[in-house]
Amino acid sequence: MLPSTLDSLTTYTVRLGDDALVSGHRLSEWTGSAPMLEEELALANVALDLLGRARLCYGYAAERTGQGCSEDSFAYQRDCRAFTNHLIHELPRGDFAFTMARQFMVDCLAVPFLEGLARSLDLRLSGIGAKCVKESRYHLRRSTDWMFRLGDGTEESHRRLQSAVDELWGFTPELFAQDSLEAELVHAGVAVDLEPLREPWMTAVQQTFSGAGIVLPTLDWQVDGGRQGLHTEHLGHLLSELQFVQRAYPGQQW
Amino acid sequence: MVGTHTPERGDLNLEQADAMARRQRRLSSPEQFLWAALDQVLDPELPALSIWELGILQDVQKLDGRVVVTLTPTYAGCPAMATIREDVIDALLAVGISDVLVEMQLQPVWTTDWLDRAVRDKLKHAGIAPPDTDCRCPQCGSKHVSSISAFGSTACKALYRCLDCLEVFDRIKVI
Repeated sequence: MLPSTLDSLTTYTVRLGDDALVSGHRLSEWTGSAPMLEEELALANVALDLLGRARLCYGYAAERTGQGCSEDSFAYQRDCRAFTNHLIHELPRGDFAFTMARQFMVDCLAVPFLEGLARSLDLRLSGIGAKCVKESRYHLRRSTDWMFRLGDGTEESHRRLQSAVDELWGFTPELFAQDSLEAELVHAGVAVDLEPLREPWMTAVQQTFSGAGIVLPTLDWQVDGGRQGLHTEHLGHLLSELQFVQRAYPGQQW
Repeated sequence: MVGTHTPERGDLNLEQADAMARRQRRLSSPEQFLWAALDQVLDPELPALSIWELGILQDVQKLDGRVVVTLTPTYAGCPAMATIREDVIDALLAVGISDVLVEMQLQPVWTTDWLDRAVRDKLKHAGIAPPDTDCRCPQCGSKHVSSISAFGSTACKALYRCLDCLEVFDRIKVI
């Protein structure tokens, strides 16, 4: 069983794992219902990369925790309040424009974030960063491409992309929030400092959106709480599906 | 394009150095018998290639009577890794070795730059376009191809179509 408290580095690693697991799961929901077969393959592949990322993080966290914990303890044996992913990842997948807008904004940060993680003084985290950044660069190429295709496509695709961006915008400031736990790890050279990534991210997102004819919304509302385990109503539903087999048949293995 | 990143020249040299170091490890290893035994382990999704040829097999050593095999995944979520791990254990068991530890290593990070010319030719013969900068149809050799999807049937492949012979083919993603 998982202990009730984890040390800072383990907590940080689990946060990164939670982001990857929840967003990977959302992408996997497209399997069987994507607008075309090729995109379904792509969404499932990106989901797989994120699942792999979650496993690397949870595996490391489990080793640090000991007490018989495994990566599955983190994925399957925690309830909503123990999950610490950013809220943007748990929002329902919406339409294809919504999914791709979210991927684009997240990928845009993931690339410099993982480059930073690759420089972590913690060798396991730096390994995860170095491994995953290559995959995220590949994801970003595709999600950027879709911003242009949808934004500059038909009236309908443009309208859908614009409304997706409007809906998602208030969830993006949370991606840059840092609590005292992360601030200490940044100071120790272990965690990635998000503050210097904020402006370049904004510029990159702005440039792509203006090229795609998408208007950047004004930030008149914003929400956070994911890192503290305060979630939207959607995460519970996601977990009920993701964790079903382990909840119904505890400890079952393939 | 905004926010995209192509590997710098510096990365490339580092990657070539990693590939050379791996070859050197094998050449100077006293355990040639073990390396040869592991040549029998093929990638389950690319059965034309062994895990050595793909760059997944990084090292094999004897430590205190136990055989330690070091593997690196092609992709973080590659579902074939579990099978490869079992196949490694089976291949060593087949030559009478049962005390085996398989370790995973993330760095140096796997890259398609490690695939040498001979391996790329093998891929081509298997009907899969190698991760060369200029993509050619593995069937007819035409350069007149178009991308169907940046992702294909497995994590390491993308889907292409030849505009001359009209064949659809997989290409190893350049990463």
